[in-house]
Amino acid sequence: MNDHERAPLVSLTDAARHFGPVRALDGVTLSVAPGDCVGLVGHNGAGKSTLVNLVNGGLAPSSGTVGFATGGSALEAGVRSVFQELSLCPNLTVAENLRISHSALKGPNWRRPAREEIGQSLDTIFPGHGIDPNAEVDTLSIAERQMVEIAIGFAPRGSEARLVILDEPTSSLDAGIADQLLAHVKRFCASGGAVIFISHMMGEVFQVATRIVVLKDGKVVAERPTEDFTRQGLVDAMGHVTADTAETTGTARDFGKEVVRTDQGLTARKGEIVGLSGLAGHGQAAALARLYLSRSSAWRAGKAPEVVFVAGDRQRDGVLPLWSILRNISVSILPQGARRGLVDREGEARVAQDWKTRIGIRTDDVANPILSLSGGNQQKVLFARALASSAPVVIMDDPMRGVDVGTKQDVYAMIRAEAARGRTFLWYSTETEEVCQCDRVFVFRNHEISAELTGAEITEEKILEASFEMQEAS
Amino acid sequence: MTFLARHRIILPVVSLAVLLAATFYMQPRAMSYFGLNLLFNLAVPIALATIAQMMIIMVNDIDLSLGAFVSLAACVTATFLNDAPMLGLLILLALVLSYAVLGAVIHALELPAIVVTLGMSFVWGGIALFILPSPGGAAPGWLRTLMTVKPPFAPMAVVAAVIIAAVTHLLIMRSGIGTVLRGVGGNARSVARAGWSVIRLKALAYGLAGLFGVLAGMALVGLATSADANIALRYTLLSIAGVILGGGEFTGGKVSPTGAVIGAFTLTLAASFLSFMRLSPDWQIGAQGAILILVLTARLIFRQKGSEA
Repeated sequence: MNDHERAPLVSLTDAARHFGPVRALDGVTLSVAPGDCVGLVGHNGAGKSTLVNLVNGGLAPSSGTVGFATGGSALEAGVRSVFQELSLCPNLTVAENLRISHSALKGPNWRRPAREEIGQSLDTIFPGHGIDPNAEVDTLSIAERQMVEIAIGFAPRGSEARLVILDEPTSSLDAGIADQLLAHVKRFCASGGAVIFISHMMGEVFQVATRIVVLKDGKVVAERPTEDFTRQGLVDAMGHVTADTAETTGTARDFGKEVVRTDQGLTARKGEIVGLSGLAGHGQAAALARLYLSRSSAWRAGKAPEVVFVAGDRQRDGVLPLWSILRNISVSILPQGARRGLVDREGEARVAQDWKTRIGIRTDDVANPILSLSGGNQQKVLFARALASSAPVVIMDDPMRGVDVGTKQDVYAMIRAEAARGRTFLWYSTETEEVCQCDRVFVFRNHEISAELTGAEITEEKILEASFEMQEAS
Repeated sequence: MTFLARHRIILPVVSLAVLLAATFYMQPRAMSYFGLNLLFNLAVPIALATIAQMMIIMVNDIDLSLGAFVSLAACVTATFLNDAPMLGLLILLALVLSYAVLGAVIHALELPAIVVTLGMSFVWGGIALFILPSPGGAAPGWLRTLMTVKPPFAPMAVVAAVIIAAVTHLLIMRSGIGTVLRGVGGNARSVARAGWSVIRLKALAYGLAGLFGVLAGMALVGLATSADANIALRYTLLSIAGVILGGGEFTGGKVSPTGAVIGAFTLTLAASFLSFMRLSPDWQIGAQGAILILVLTARLIFRQKGSEA
């Protein structure tokens, strides 16, 4: 290849992207040239998706530059992305979905070339796929949809795919089909294309990548040819360098009897703080939601609920935005205080005042609207709502999203105190630091529990090991 | 997937056929050129309004102002278009454009379409009342001729239905831009990622809805020969019912233009059928609702069977 062909397709120079005070990506320099297959790995929130969105032009960098070979847009440079969450239009057929991203298909009879193009692309990548280009996407299985999406990513679409970003492309494919994809990625790169490959399956990354880039906290912490990495070295690079075991509180406390047991194997004992970990979207939230729904009735709220739920997505299923702080706290305990169906106003105010001081909600009056509080304090209100009830089991779905460090420390202390008094906590968190606060941790992978860690075993390294598929993709 | 789930057009066709057969059984004289025209005459503007509603439902919105808008278009047709054709045409064009702008605004400001269109219905209604404070006006002669034309073999209503269905099918189901428009309803994010401007697509969908709304108003005046500010208020709900009856879904961009036309005809026929049954007019609206519920229940049952299989 001559120099012109080796010129990078995309090059990032010190590119950073901030969302408010959050530095999602904190100065990344990276270039991808034809023939490269870059394996991109990193733990939750390391900045992988932000990096992908900078490369495919979905986001503009806050500082630094992102340049493409042709000098134009990502689209013109032939950058395509295949996303983890499915992004096809389910109401259209396979061929029609190609039309969405292929505006050069024109004329009265555009369907025939569309069918041919997508059929050809599917045949090349997944020989023997058996997908009808005329089938509506919502009649296909998840794996078939993923295959269609990948095929659209690699399809010529009027020009030529030059850099294809695959974000967890094999998450819903079985091993045989995944192998077909990996073989195609290798062929594609050998013929001068480039791929950015993101996967939690270490075996696959080692199999296809020519170069591995490790992201951590928005920075590239390691970038080396694949041969220079060992699996262990890779996991070590992803984890925190400082081995902080400052506070694991190794005091093995005695827990009471088992109060939770699910079909999946999730268990918790009285007074225990159980963590759920693993990469985001691997079934933790779903497991908690199922548990909560199975323990609570949709028809009537009992006087003494068995479980309470602390939502992580405040806007969607947490705060009642039009209500005051007081009302937001007391909504969970209204049935307990009510007399003959009427709200006990004094009791309500007493409880709210009590929790305001206990949990440290920063407001001068609990009658203020909830939206007058900062995000962290809103979250405290949600904690107060849950803890004010008498429920023995508290389920928390990543409750510390967007909460500042000080508040986090307050809440940790609160949770420990409540656990010591015999309450059970089930706590899903995307942050390893929080999970390390737990007595026992279940690591999820592909909607199943892949490891159960207790006491001194709860380290970032072990959790990472269990979240990533270490075996060879067979 | 069962046969019925794959071909969602079958249920609307069967519903119309069953209702038609029942009507002919009750009133054999309806089975003629003249009878059919009488039965389906007024279905033509409803079919056009249903198509307009379908454009909005296609992009996951709903239009509660359509009845008022069609009334306004009818008032403009019966007054300005009759007296000063150029000015009338310009006003109608402005109405279509205002619909497109409405779509863009709803998308840009992330407003709920149901609220905006509910508010707009009073605006349209107000303007209509301003133009035509009391029932009156006259249909332009050419429009009257067009709506009372007697084509050979099949009555005007049937021919019009076939033309409307064919044109909108080509536009929405077969053409490239129609496919992209349906894609907006299916997954707007992926359409945006592919480099389309969703705001323009939404404006286009609303603009098309405005166009078909105006056509509905014109067709209505051509049949009724005069207009009134409240002439088409019930079209809002009829058009929504027609889209759903025709196999469309409220969300997800699943619509069928042919089905929508059939749905509009089914609704019109249901009203006539109840008259033939000598049902007191007091009960007719309720009975019409019952027919609607019956058809939707049938669809739900077939769908559930389909997903079990």
